[in-house]
Amino acid sequence: MSLEETAYAVFLGLLFFYCVLAAGKAVDPVFAFHATLGAIASAAGVFLIVRSFIDRDGHVEPDEINGKPNYNLGPIKFASIAAMFWGLAGFSVGIWIALELAYPALNLGLPWTTFGRLRPLHTSAVIFAFGGNVLLATSFYVVQRTSRARMPGLVTPWFVILGYNMFIVIAGTGYVLGVGQSKEYAEPEWYADLWLTIVWVAYLLVFLATLWRRKEPHIYVANWFYLAFIVTIAMLHIVNNAAIPVSIFGSKSYIVWAGVQDAMVQWWYGHNAVGFFLTAGFLAIMYYFVPKRANRPVYSYRLSIIHFWALIFLYIWAGPHHLHYTALPEWASTLGMVFSVMLWMPSWGGMINGLMTLSGAWDKLRTDPVLRLLVVSVAFYGMSTFEGPLMSIKAVNSLSHYTDWTIGHVHSGALGWVGYVSFGALYCLVPWIYGKRDVYSLKLVDWHFWISTLGIVLYITSMWVSGIMQGLMWRAYTDLGFLQYSFVETVEAMHPYYAIRALGGILFLTGAVIMAVNLYLTIRHGEAEKPAADVALAPAE
Amino acid sequence: MDFSYEQVAAFAQQSGLLYFFLIFSAICVYALWPKNKTKFDHAAQIPLEED
Repeated sequence: MSLEETAYAVFLGLLFFYCVLAAGKAVDPVFAFHATLGAIASAAGVFLIVRSFIDRDGHVEPDEINGKPNYNLGPIKFASIAAMFWGLAGFSVGIWIALELAYPALNLGLPWTTFGRLRPLHTSAVIFAFGGNVLLATSFYVVQRTSRARMPGLVTPWFVILGYNMFIVIAGTGYVLGVGQSKEYAEPEWYADLWLTIVWVAYLLVFLATLWRRKEPHIYVANWFYLAFIVTIAMLHIVNNAAIPVSIFGSKSYIVWAGVQDAMVQWWYGHNAVGFFLTAGFLAIMYYFVPKRANRPVYSYRLSIIHFWALIFLYIWAGPHHLHYTALPEWASTLGMVFSVMLWMPSWGGMINGLMTLSGAWDKLRTDPVLRLLVVSVAFYGMSTFEGPLMSIKAVNSLSHYTDWTIGHVHSGALGWVGYVSFGALYCLVPWIYGKRDVYSLKLVDWHFWISTLGIVLYITSMWVSGIMQGLMWRAYTDLGFLQYSFVETVEAMHPYYAIRALGGILFLTGAVIMAVNLYLTIRHGEAEKPAADVALAPAE
Repeated sequence: MDFSYEQVAAFAQQSGLLYFFLIFSAICVYALWPKNKTKFDHAAQIPLEED
């Protein structure tokens, strides 16, 4: 057994014993449940390591075959399928809670299906489970291809992928069962956070080690974005989740930060989760998949460098715009606003670079729906990152904050930018890693595109109307200086928009179901890629 | 020695301005330096080269 396999087997073996002990001594039932899951997963991990050691029988996959890099695609396949699975789950929960808002009886009167528990389930499922698996899959693919080197490690790449998905399971089941630390986008409790930290360090090491082995002297810009995403998320995760558990055998913990400092740390984290997870990570996807699909180099490599560093240096300061008109000092609030407005600069840099990559090849938009998904995602990126700084301006924020305008803004970024760039990347990636010529049906991609786009338009327009109406109703006064509307009147006024929003979500999910079917057909029945010219032709089967 | 809020704020604002101006200039110089053009032109082709 290699040192790596032994180390992982010993680590997971020890973790198994800790989990069994924790399950027995647990002070609350959810912790006992999670410890049991942990015990099963670590035992399964040891089993898989030992079985693959026996199966490989001393054989180690070579780094190169016939002078060509022998890329490690197994973990990428798993993460791609996991992304599709979690995407469908996350979109479905989103529709469910959208319908709960329109028809409150749908919370079923049960604690597990209340909006408060299902909402973090939705956000984590779409951001961390769907988006996270897309980032894991594409980053492992892109870093290997652009470095022309196999990523190292027998166990580590699998540990990263499976460990990350285990974190998702612990987090998601925790929310439904009522365990969480009430920090937005950072709801999982201390033990899940610790586990994610270990997985994330392994992820960083695999990524760096692959770059270290690169044959290509220059590190391609997509890898810079991935690296910024991995490093910054590690820093944000550790600082924001610094907590002290009440008992090491219980799920409850207390955050070390207090009061307004806690709020500031939370939104420093929260906004940079948007900046480095949902922006830098997915820009990395754009910088690889748009040129690849359009078969043209990126419009301006120089612009990509300037835009990268501008994004990195500016984003980290923008968080306070989530806390305008709160206990946060005025100067911090102004600082956050100014830096948010400056973010227009890297935002437009990225958008111009993505869109102009197609200059001279615009006709491909008509014929290739996958490229259309990618390009429309960049258009949504430009639009939502134009809207964001606008909403961070205090005067605008005083109208938009706490209203559905924010929800509409987030979803134009999440559905339009992150969703579409992920769909486009998966439509490219799945055929490549399964050795297929292209997706099973481009016609189905076309249907996916138009149905989902209609869904997004319904979603964001209904939320704009609902949000601005809500904001205006809240601030409306009568001649005598009384508030014109009671809160419940504003809620009632939003009902039709909530119903339209749910319909938009249903259309978006419909598109994603078409995609899942298409990807399944690609894997099972897709036309095999033509063998390269220098390889002997294999007889048709 | 005690500093007033105004002194700290003025120092933070001016040094912040200088810091961001300098790193942004440095990045632009690096990105636009004529000698780096061939390197970047090659780098832009990395995803398109088949192996």
